[in-house]
Amino acid sequence: MAAPQAKLDALAARIAGLSFPVAGWLGAARADALDRLAAMGLPGKRDEYWRYTDPAALTGAVPLAAALFDESDEAVAFSGIDRVKLVFVNGVFDTAQSDDPALAGVEIEHLADAGAADIHWAREVYGVLETRGQTPVQRPLATLATAFATGGLLIRATGKAAKPVSLIYLQGSDTSDVILHHCIKVESGAELTLLENGNAAARLTMVMEVEVAAGGRFHHIRAQGRAHQRHAATHVFARLGAKALFKSFTVTANGALTRNDAVIELVGDDAVAHVAGAAVGDGAFHHDDTVFVTHQGLRCESRQVFKKVLKNGATGVFQGKILVKKGAQKTDGYQISQALLLDDDSQFLAKPELEIYADDVKCSHGSTSGAIDDTALFYLRSRGVPEKAAQSLLVLAFLAEAMAEIDDADIAEDIRARLESWLARHEH
Amino acid sequence: MLEIKNLHVKLEEEDKIILKGVNLSIGAGQVHAIMGPNGSGKSTLSYVLAGREGYAVTEGSALLEGTELLEMEPEERAAVGLFLAFQYPVEIPGVGNMTFLRTAVNAQRKARGEDEMSAGDFLKVVRAKAKALQIDAEMMKRPVNVGFSGGEKKRNEILQMAMLEPKMCVLDETDSGLDVDAMKLVADGVNALRGAGRSFLVITHYQRLLDHIAPDVVHIMADGRIVKSGGPELALEVENNGYAGILAEVE
Repeated sequence: MAAPQAKLDALAARIAGLSFPVAGWLGAARADALDRLAAMGLPGKRDEYWRYTDPAALTGAVPLAAALFDESDEAVAFSGIDRVKLVFVNGVFDTAQSDDPALAGVEIEHLADAGAADIHWAREVYGVLETRGQTPVQRPLATLATAFATGGLLIRATGKAAKPVSLIYLQGSDTSDVILHHCIKVESGAELTLLENGNAAARLTMVMEVEVAAGGRFHHIRAQGRAHQRHAATHVFARLGAKALFKSFTVTANGALTRNDAVIELVGDDAVAHVAGAAVGDGAFHHDDTVFVTHQGLRCESRQVFKKVLKNGATGVFQGKILVKKGAQKTDGYQISQALLLDDDSQFLAKPELEIYADDVKCSHGSTSGAIDDTALFYLRSRGVPEKAAQSLLVLAFLAEAMAEIDDADIAEDIRARLESWLARHEH
Repeated sequence: MLEIKNLHVKLEEEDKIILKGVNLSIGAGQVHAIMGPNGSGKSTLSYVLAGREGYAVTEGSALLEGTELLEMEPEERAAVGLFLAFQYPVEIPGVGNMTFLRTAVNAQRKARGEDEMSAGDFLKVVRAKAKALQIDAEMMKRPVNVGFSGGEKKRNEILQMAMLEPKMCVLDETDSGLDVDAMKLVADGVNALRGAGRSFLVITHYQRLLDHIAPDVVHIMADGRIVKSGGPELALEVENNGYAGILAEVE
């Protein structure tokens, strides 16, 4: 079915002036993406999965300006963590600011360098997982990133990485419009921790495809930029082999519009996938977590834990689905999405979905929105804890279940401190 | 220590008057008990003293060592030495019991202009006090009161009281939901805290608790007023004759 003309017109305007190199396997993958994109057009607000989030700012021909944000009031995310730093400025890799990418157990290449090779592992990943993730729900912005990414890394873990790989996205101008596409492969038995942080751009469109082979372990912790006016559409596509582990956690403080898609396939048996997020917003803040987990293997476990703290008219969205395919017996699926609304102006819109075709599975989902518990607040105050501190304690307690999804204690503490300082700045 | 004068309280949201002129004077080091039938205003009195929202004081005062409590925020009342042991201790998922206690202790110290307690000192003190109340390390790690039995919750209240070292302790039906052994444990915890500089107001339905925590003065509360005061024998009279007999006698 052809896409409506309006969506195709939007696409034409969006990609006018964009181009990509056609050489090699990468050129072919990009050309394929462009064909697919031409059939879909860009998302519109009438699309089922854009009902709660207007995609206009993400699909417009030019980005809305976003003022550069001074983050010097607190330590930059992960600054206390020993890691290999790889820095992008306006989506362009910055060698001078980056560490030497040599790291035992890990190979790191640039998309542009590897794309012309005849044979490359990323051929089996780049655009491949993204394409799989288009069914049953179309995600044209991901396809856009596959076709037109101006930068990206190909990261392959062949052993246990000696330290985390840390991708830092700096925003260099208030009108920057950045498209990134990374591919990660964690080989059998290997282990990698990937960190991401920064504002990246006035508008960021990005994809990360993650293939975790049998017995591989992948940890992803992301701190999205604190710039109030930034817009971002991110996608994580993951495919897991037998006994593979995938854990992704995102903290989002501020941002005019953030749409984080996570599309995860548990293909092998006994695989484990956890995806979690803690989002805090005050005022002009719209945050959308859209998650699709597909169970195909036997005895796989998935968890979705999303918590949002909203005030002064902030909006939170959660669209989460667990699909259990026929034969995916002994599946253990869990999904929780909760919002703490600190005033009457904020709202939380949730669409939890379960679709199950196997008969011996355990799946649960829950979604709530509520206010701070007055009784608990009084209890804390009656013990001498000042009101604001008591409130922060209760907000952090609310976020605790999501925070518990971060395995590394130092990284978890870094994130917790960021949330705490955000709460301190937004007490009133 | 605590001087309550002509205290009148109504519900904030409706025109229901609950306390109709309570007068109470508790000397330093004394233990007073308030007994009374359901709905007499005993728990309201404890909440009003602690500063819970939803009540409007229309008249009267409550002075703690000469300082007016009723105009303070709940946390300020705690810092000047008031402590309320809740009838229904609140469960707070996500906040560790130990974190909660340390936050409270240090917040009060800060409010009084004292140095915060070091993590090491705090641990030492809390372990000793928890042990006396048979609260194990596992309970200290768990979220505040989550999954605690009725007895564990009440012991946890007493542990907080022991750590915060208040001057004026109000115990709101601390005996409710406790079996005999648990009550003894809680009473021992309270008795260990008795001393010249600390006073207690024990609110209870039953004389039972007062076997373990011997009061100096017993008050009977009915319909928002203290209608009779006396020695420990008054509690026995309640036990033997019920409230009806005493109230009839007062009228």
